[in-house]
Amino acid sequence: MRLCGSGLTCVRGGREVFTGLDFDAAAGEAIAVVGRNGSGKTSLLRLIAGLLIPAGGTIALEGGDAELTLPEQCHYLGHRDALKPALSVAENLSFWADFLGGGRFDAAESLAAVGLDHASDLPAAFLSAGQRRRLSLARLRAVRRPVWLLDEPTTALDVAGQDMFGGLMRDHLARGGLIIAATHAPLGIESRELRIGGMV
Amino acid sequence: MTALAALIRRDIRIALRVGGGALIGVLFFLTVVVLMPFAVGPDLALLSRLGPAILWLGALLASLLTLDRLFMADHEDGSLDLITMSRTPLELACAAKALAHWLAAGLPLIIATPVLGLLLNLDMVATGAVALTLLAGTPALTFTGMIGAALAVTLHRGGLLMAVLVLPLSIPVLIFGVAASQAAIVGPMSFGAPFSILCALSLVSLVVGPFAAAASLKHGLD
Repeated sequence: MRLCGSGLTCVRGGREVFTGLDFDAAAGEAIAVVGRNGSGKTSLLRLIAGLLIPAGGTIALEGGDAELTLPEQCHYLGHRDALKPALSVAENLSFWADFLGGGRFDAAESLAAVGLDHASDLPAAFLSAGQRRRLSLARLRAVRRPVWLLDEPTTALDVAGQDMFGGLMRDHLARGGLIIAATHAPLGIESRELRIGGMV
Repeated sequence: MTALAALIRRDIRIALRVGGGALIGVLFFLTVVVLMPFAVGPDLALLSRLGPAILWLGALLASLLTLDRLFMADHEDGSLDLITMSRTPLELACAAKALAHWLAAGLPLIIATPVLGLLLNLDMVATGAVALTLLAGTPALTFTGMIGAALAVTLHRGGLLMAVLVLPLSIPVLIFGVAASQAAIVGPMSFGAPFSILCALSLVSLVVGPFAAAASLKHGLD
């Protein structure tokens, strides 16, 4: 499996964010997208996720499931964590597992893996920023998708949380998945750097 | 199907929890209808003549009240991104969300109608007729209102814009809903003709609404 982008151009609000961007990532590889603020890291992830339409260039996943589009094979972890404050931790996770189609799914086991098993009945409104992030990570683990698109994934995670997340990413890569992460902090795993828009 | 059922279950659950829209809609409906006799005065004959129109207006405004949050909440917390990316077609997801909204916010209005009919001096037959027309007509309000809710997300304007966009679309529903109720109560028209048109409006919006809303959401990707 191989994810390739060639000649990508992104225009936001009439302004060219980046142009002629090429990248490729193979199965089992993690790409760390780096660049200064506003250089288009998030835009690149959203282009791959199909949430933005490129002004030019193409993105293709070779060797993926031919029946599915690229966005359908991606997990997107953005700044906004897609959690409903009125629902409990377990309800939030079960919903995404059912909606994204994970098949068999054990909420208690998934929550234990991200260290939230003690809070499963707590409404998500009462979670701290780090706990919300952990709950979002549980979603990545509960439903299998070959491509992970992560936007500042380590924000708000404590040291133990970052270790747990590192383990999660290593598992995913070992299974032949690939990761594209926009980040300022070190990712905590072996990764290749993709620099957008000049030096920091 | 699991995905759609999960989406409907989630939306109903959120609407029924504290801070959800279901109870607010019914309370607003109650307030509008209770205020009406104070404004019109204690003329029982006049009240019962205006009754169906008041109930319909109250239901229309109450169902619009919570509709603008239909996609906005999911847009703000990033859920809409994941819904757009998922393997469920966006049209079906929109339809599921509208159905959940109708079940949580529309159905309680219809259940409250017999109680509110008492306040407006409507007899059993009249109340039944209004409740029946609301049952047939409120899905049209929700499914056309959904188009406005989707546009509100696309254009980054909430609230008022949606009311301006959606109210004109709901005029035919209002006309035939009240006409059918009046026909059942005083005649001389038959109940069947306006009621059939009301059902047709609902069926058309059931088909058109999800496609229009999904197209609007897709167009507004950014």
